[in-house]
Amino acid sequence: MKLIMAIIKPFKLDEVREALSSLGVQGMTVTEVKGYGRQKGHTEIYRGAEYAVSFLPKLKVEVAVKVEMVDAVIEAISSKAKTGQIGDGKIFVTPLDRVVRIRTGETDGDAL
Amino acid sequence: MNISKLKKAALVALTSVGALIATAGSAFAAAPKIDSGDTAWMITSSALVLMMTIPGLALFYAGMVRRKNVLATMAQSFGATCVITVLWMIIGYSIAFTPNPDASWNQFIGGFAYLFLKPMGLNAVSSLAGTIPESVYMFFQMTFAIITPALIAGALADRMKFSAFLWFMALWLLFVYCPIAHWVWGGGWLGTLGALDYAGGTVVHLNAGTAGLVTCLVLGKRIGYGNENMAPHNLVLSVIGASLLWVGWFGFNAGSAVTANVNAGMAAAATQIATAAASLGWMFAEWLVAKKPSVLGMISGAVAGLVAITPASGFVDPTGALIIGLAAGVVCYISAVWMKKLFGYDDALDAWGVHGVGGALGAMLTGAFASNAINSASKGWLYDGNIGQMLIQFYDVAAVFVYCGVGTFIILKVIDMIIGLRVSPEVEVEGLDINLHGETVHG
Repeated sequence: MKLIMAIIKPFKLDEVREALSSLGVQGMTVTEVKGYGRQKGHTEIYRGAEYAVSFLPKLKVEVAVKVEMVDAVIEAISSKAKTGQIGDGKIFVTPLDRVVRIRTGETDGDAL
Repeated sequence: MNISKLKKAALVALTSVGALIATAGSAFAAAPKIDSGDTAWMITSSALVLMMTIPGLALFYAGMVRRKNVLATMAQSFGATCVITVLWMIIGYSIAFTPNPDASWNQFIGGFAYLFLKPMGLNAVSSLAGTIPESVYMFFQMTFAIITPALIAGALADRMKFSAFLWFMALWLLFVYCPIAHWVWGGGWLGTLGALDYAGGTVVHLNAGTAGLVTCLVLGKRIGYGNENMAPHNLVLSVIGASLLWVGWFGFNAGSAVTANVNAGMAAAATQIATAAASLGWMFAEWLVAKKPSVLGMISGAVAGLVAITPASGFVDPTGALIIGLAAGVVCYISAVWMKKLFGYDDALDAWGVHGVGGALGAMLTGAFASNAINSASKGWLYDGNIGQMLIQFYDVAAVFVYCGVGTFIILKVIDMIIGLRVSPEVEVEGLDINLHGETVHG
């Protein structure tokens, strides 16, 4: 099992969610986050006072999947979240040791 | 049928008797005649001007501060409204708008006969407003006395103790606003000299702006000024506030005719034209220099235009209003954005940059564009060839600037010695809302 964590542009969420559902991904967790990468931040000007805003709003999407689905999920997220502009985000994949569904007690593959 | 006819006949009879009594009554009435139209307009105007402060100014300022100081900023407008209302009733109206029995003293300060408004009976009429009840005139002037000190809050935002702020409002009202209002409007020396200030370019705006400049210099900069992000937390509040100011300002300027007549109408038209022109002036100046037309810039420009047309509104024609508005938008943009940076004072929300500079500019341009054809009480430079008016306007500006500057400085120093002006650094960093008022917004 792998945990796939994707940082994407907020307005791309619906497309990503639809693509993952049609692949058979059963659930996801979405968090509003702030951060920066190559895009850096931007500046805001109020009556001549300039402020550098270093952290931009993004969404963090987390899905847990079986190993054989990882490539398809990465492909789906990459193609749907891509605008070609700087700031499209990143995908991180990490190993996942255990999964438990709290209601039934099912574990690992059965719990995904 | 018969009964209804009888009823009709009785009604007609009653009405004609009533009319006879009314006619007889008016024939014997004393000289000052209360005009119902004027009275209705002036009660409306008073309420409109009150709306400028609460919630107009409160929202305008609260939107521009950081989220930790929102309630504290609104508390300043609201607290000032209440303190000044009570003081105006006790003594303010008396020393600003009633005559001093000593004619030479009357050049500088009004009398003390109206303490607690004692002589103001139901039928009292002020010599300064002959067609409305004095209760209405007193209320109308009260709303001006409220907004003037409340405007200063823009300069001292984010760092003043609430107790010190209330003391400041009270003392500043009595020792700075009341005398200056008397000089210009209450029968004092500047009005006698012929200074033109229709609704308060110098009495209200230059006065509040100058006090703001002195206050931000005495208080010092906010902690982190120039390094930390002090971006407005919610400009939607400021847009609503500025729009309420704009609408309320018709009570301010057109109400300053103190009658519902042709002058009030022209003042309202001039106000609308100048405000829109100033908003465009600021917007295009900023668009040109900073590459983007900011929303804060558009509303700041509108307020600058309202300020600058205030002294001129009853004296200028629509063309004059257009030029004054455009000039105010560009000049106040320069003062709030460039001059502040150049000199490095922390006029947090630009009380001086918009109200001080806009008020002085408006007062001078009133001398230039005042037209005898619009108001028989005035003769300006450009239309009527009366260049001497410019000198009188300059005296007005200089007198208000100097008296207010010195008076404000002394008041602040006295308060600072006795209770201290500024909150502790810990309170300032953590925020005024939770520390001064025990409340927060936005969780």
